[in-house]
Amino acid sequence: MEQKKYMNPYLGGVLLGLVLVAAFWVSGRGLGASGAAKSVVVTGVKTVAPAHVEKSAFYQEYLSKHTNPMKDWLVFQMLGVVVGGFLSGAIAGRLKFTVEKSPKITNKTRLIFAVLGGIFFGFGSQLGRGCTSGSALTGMAVLSLSGFLSMAAIFGTAFALAWFARKLWI
Amino acid sequence: MGPLVVYEIISENVNLFLAFIIGIGFGFVLESNGFSSSRRLAGMFYGYDTTVLKVFFTAAIVGSVGLLFLGLFKWIDLSSIYINPTYLWSTLGGGVIMGAGFILGGYCPGTSFCAASIGKLDALAFIGGMFIGILIFTEGYPLWEGFYNAKFMGSPVISEMIGTSRGFLTLLIILVALGMFWVGEWAEKKFARDDYKLNQK
Repeated sequence: MEQKKYMNPYLGGVLLGLVLVAAFWVSGRGLGASGAAKSVVVTGVKTVAPAHVEKSAFYQEYLSKHTNPMKDWLVFQMLGVVVGGFLSGAIAGRLKFTVEKSPKITNKTRLIFAVLGGIFFGFGSQLGRGCTSGSALTGMAVLSLSGFLSMAAIFGTAFALAWFARKLWI
Repeated sequence: MGPLVVYEIISENVNLFLAFIIGIGFGFVLESNGFSSSRRLAGMFYGYDTTVLKVFFTAAIVGSVGLLFLGLFKWIDLSSIYINPTYLWSTLGGGVIMGAGFILGGYCPGTSFCAASIGKLDALAFIGGMFIGILIFTEGYPLWEGFYNAKFMGSPVISEMIGTSRGFLTLLIILVALGMFWVGEWAEKKFARDDYKLNQK
């Protein structure tokens, strides 16, 4: 099946903005992604090493605020993202197992750098109290200082490093 | 009157169900705009595809204007929405590390889940890495606890900091965004690539 064209980006932006406003109207908070990944990590550690969690001040503090980390707004929202992404991909004929990369590198190189990028992003999202969705996009919509700082730092750094990483993409 | 949860108009379980529905909208819009494609996302940083800029800033504008109007119509109590706190060093430091992750990995957390949902294996690898990165943070927390909590500034809103109204600041942001859209359109022509097609309406 031939892939359909992507949506016009400005129309997409309007729709994404409306989703963001809906999130605020319902929950008083915007969108987010890394918070859900953190819930999964904490739940995983708690299941595998309960004794270790008992001793760690960080996990104890987190669990005192989130009695059940999986029963969380962002976890349900991210489950929705997976369903919504799948539906859009199915309608547009884009469901396919593939590794996306520049034609100049191997799949192995791409996957290694994807893991590495994930490690950086995962760590950074915790340090920065939110990722592109929760800190930059949502933070900018409420005009918060941290939203603009976070946006500038994420995109500024990626632009600054783009030349060094160019072989991965172009 | 919203937020619905804050005013206890809906129960906790309905809130979680609505989170799922809103997530479906979020994922659907991301995928429809090609945020499930790492080369499209990375294109932002080489100018050959500036969709990220266009979608991101249009969404931020619609989001802030939408909140303004909802506030004006008294449909939402703007004083009860969550404002991201600013811890100067960790906000900036976290952002720098995330930026490096973005250019190396080609995704951010939300887009990686969206891409994995249509079968992108590089997105799955990114998600695996992300779990490792978060685990490193939680396990090593005492090492960066000081940095994480340093230079706490409360939850400042830029319009209040510079002494202007929300509306005026939003107008300024819209003007800046229009300028950036123009740059984006220009860049896509200037840095167009033979091995990459902007497959969009």
